[in-house]
Amino acid sequence: MLYFQVLLNGLALGGLYACIAAGFSLVWGVLNVINILHGSLIVLGAYLAFFAHQRFGIDPFLFAPVAGLALFALAYPLQKYVVNRVMGRPVLITLTLTFGLNLFLDNAMLKFFSADFRKITLESPWGLLDLGGVLVPTDRLLATATGLALVFALWLLLRNTQLGRAIIAVRMDSQAAALMGIDVNRTYALAFALGAFMAAWAGVLLSGIFPISPVTSSVYLGKAFVICVLGGLGSIPGVIVGGFALGIIESFGTLALGPELALTLAFLVLIALLMFRPSGLLGKRGFQ
Amino acid sequence: MKSLLVLEGVSHRFGGVLALDRIDLALGEGEIVGLIGPNGAGKTTLVNVVSGVHRPSAGSIVFDGKRIDGLRPDRIACQGLARTFQIVQPFPRLSVAENVAAAALFAGAAGSIPEARHAALEHLEFCGLLPQADKPASSLTLAGRKRLELAKSLALRPKLLFLDEVNAGLNQSEVDHALELIRAIAKRGITIVLIEHLMKVVMKASTRVVVLHHGQLIADGTPAQVVADPQVVEAYLGRSYAAEQFAQVWA
Amino acid sequence: MNTRLITGLLVAVAAVLALMFTADNYVLRLATTVGMYAALAWAWNLIGGYAGYPSFATAAFFGLGAYAAGVFQSFGLPFALAWPLAGLLVAAFAGMLGRAILHLRGHYFAIASLVIADVLRELTNVWTDVTGGGMGLNLPLLSLGGVDGQTQFYFLAMLLMAALALLISWWVDRSRLGVALRCIEQNEDAAQVIGIDTRSSKVAVFMLSGLVAGATGAVYASWVTYIDPTDVYDVSLSVKPIVMALIGGVGTLMGPLVGAFVFLGLEELLWRNVLEFHAGLLGLLVVALVLFLPGGVRDLRRYNVWNGLIRLAPWKRRTT
Repeated sequence: MLYFQVLLNGLALGGLYACIAAGFSLVWGVLNVINILHGSLIVLGAYLAFFAHQRFGIDPFLFAPVAGLALFALAYPLQKYVVNRVMGRPVLITLTLTFGLNLFLDNAMLKFFSADFRKITLESPWGLLDLGGVLVPTDRLLATATGLALVFALWLLLRNTQLGRAIIAVRMDSQAAALMGIDVNRTYALAFALGAFMAAWAGVLLSGIFPISPVTSSVYLGKAFVICVLGGLGSIPGVIVGGFALGIIESFGTLALGPELALTLAFLVLIALLMFRPSGLLGKRGFQ
Repeated sequence: MKSLLVLEGVSHRFGGVLALDRIDLALGEGEIVGLIGPNGAGKTTLVNVVSGVHRPSAGSIVFDGKRIDGLRPDRIACQGLARTFQIVQPFPRLSVAENVAAAALFAGAAGSIPEARHAALEHLEFCGLLPQADKPASSLTLAGRKRLELAKSLALRPKLLFLDEVNAGLNQSEVDHALELIRAIAKRGITIVLIEHLMKVVMKASTRVVVLHHGQLIADGTPAQVVADPQVVEAYLGRSYAAEQFAQVWA
Repeated sequence: MNTRLITGLLVAVAAVLALMFTADNYVLRLATTVGMYAALAWAWNLIGGYAGYPSFATAAFFGLGAYAAGVFQSFGLPFALAWPLAGLLVAAFAGMLGRAILHLRGHYFAIASLVIADVLRELTNVWTDVTGGGMGLNLPLLSLGGVDGQTQFYFLAMLLMAALALLISWWVDRSRLGVALRCIEQNEDAAQVIGIDTRSSKVAVFMLSGLVAGATGAVYASWVTYIDPTDVYDVSLSVKPIVMALIGGVGTLMGPLVGAFVFLGLEELLWRNVLEFHAGLLGLLVVALVLFLPGGVRDLRRYNVWNGLIRLAPWKRRTT
């Protein structure tokens, strides 16, 4: 029964984790840029939700799209005028650039918001769901379901809209896409902004469950890494599988080793995976 | 004639695709062998498998008396089996001479860096690249880069050299130059396998021709024998054409 | 060449001695920091510059070296033994790690090397018996004759680390290994085909990088006499050396030294005055560096200011 509870704890976070990683995976897959900024964007989204709730009493679930759009609007010009200049350059250059951007954003948040941990305390009307002895907090379930729904929406967007198809085309072969009349630079900017949108949404969902502080941005970045490698890069189903896998690993890790080492365990799994199966659990080829 | 390279039952799969199908081949010292076949026949895969880029899914490869299937590419190169790449692979920011010196320094077993540089200049002269010795490799024309590939592979002091489409993209006079070079290399005692699309080159230069089709060896003989082989003609030109007089096609 | 080398060395020695005996302790400590980061930048340059593998493992090596030396000394080993042993331990670790992750390329390698510091930090945190965990580790204070003696001693010690780093870099630069690494960096597949054992070459240089960074961490630990996991495994210890190498010129011999001087000089002049936000300004500097001077300070020469302003204009059509 204990193991079942632990398993369920892990699964309850899966959709949320998928949401955390989806934007990151998109940017990595399409732009071939590891967006170190991603973790900070998540934190920023959480902060926006926190202040919206604290000052104006807006429910985070309702605020999520607003936060998403705000970060979308921030990220689009950022990619267009800054990140776009290093497209196609070596990993060292792109990674260092996003590191610099992240350093700036993190410290700006530290300065304006301070390092205090913030959490939105919602009055959860249903409390804990009791499934025959196994308890699941409903706020997590709701967050995970919402996260999963958003990831699913992204998947639909990629497959069925012109923008989505442009993104996939650019990801597969940017030169061929350009020859077919796709504005590659605009697609890059849109994909990056979409990634930020997902990050903001994830941050908002997280704000009701976990305490957030700029200090934790690297934690979410780390989780996004692990999820992408676990599930295989550049695929939505991969992100979902990875999200649930990480949830389960962390849950059992907490049981076996305590909460501090749960993420470390995930990192060790990451390294083991990179050593033996870099294409992830689903076996899809990633960018190298 | 001593067998230098022996392939027995060599097969290779990429996922579901069988790229090489039970290849049996024995190459002797001093031969100039033409390896031909339509696009996708498996010629480059064969070179990749022999040179260690891929480990064959089945079969054995023996080079100069030693098993080499499954060895890393650098170990195979050090044993005297060299290959050029269809899409040339220089070290772009090194000079032409440094490119060749690097090859001499490692598989070419030069004792020191100055020794390697010295050997490099010799090889460059042989290939007609001496004037460009100090220019960056990225500044060479395509013909120049092909010759650089050649010089690098010579610097490895190979016993067996695979030349993969060394004439692709060259004009007529460049091809003639390349042929002269190939003959000169063969005179030095190096066994050569020429992978080629250009029939004329293969027929002129080779003492023996081997034909690959859909990963299988379908013909192996002198140029004249191979040209007259109905299976070969069918592979290249299709069944309907094979029904006609085909000998004239190759004249 | 030889007379130049000798005069250069004599000038350097004279400068060092002059600095040591005339400068005040604040300047000496600054110089010690320059020495430390120069060593780390050189250490990174070995794997990141010569081999072209974007390593973020420098912090992991540094922290491991610091803790190894600290633990050795807590068991009674004198520092003169603890420091080199720590360096060797980290080199061995780098060898193991290298075998595990150096077959990865690009982003995957970068991430794996980044994550390793986090893992080591958490492991250090929980192994409280030996490392003191989150409460940190105290190192024995070496009796060197007061504050002045301490400052001078550690200045020389870090200088020694920097000299070691330079020596190793100089050796790699002109050795067969250096040629191998340059080939690997420019075209790894072609490198294999000409007979280079790419795996061993990469692991070897990674171990050298670990040796230098680890030994530097060991000296650092004794210098500050108190270390804790968040301090010595901090990601900035991986990022700053990279930025310095970028400033001075990645893959060059003296680039890391130039970069260390420029970077720390800037940090000292500008940001000590802007105490609160200087890390954020560092971020902006890094962004500016990557965008405008990707080749380092050498780009300043070729950079025509007017052309630069035109290129910044957002309405100008971009040609791919």
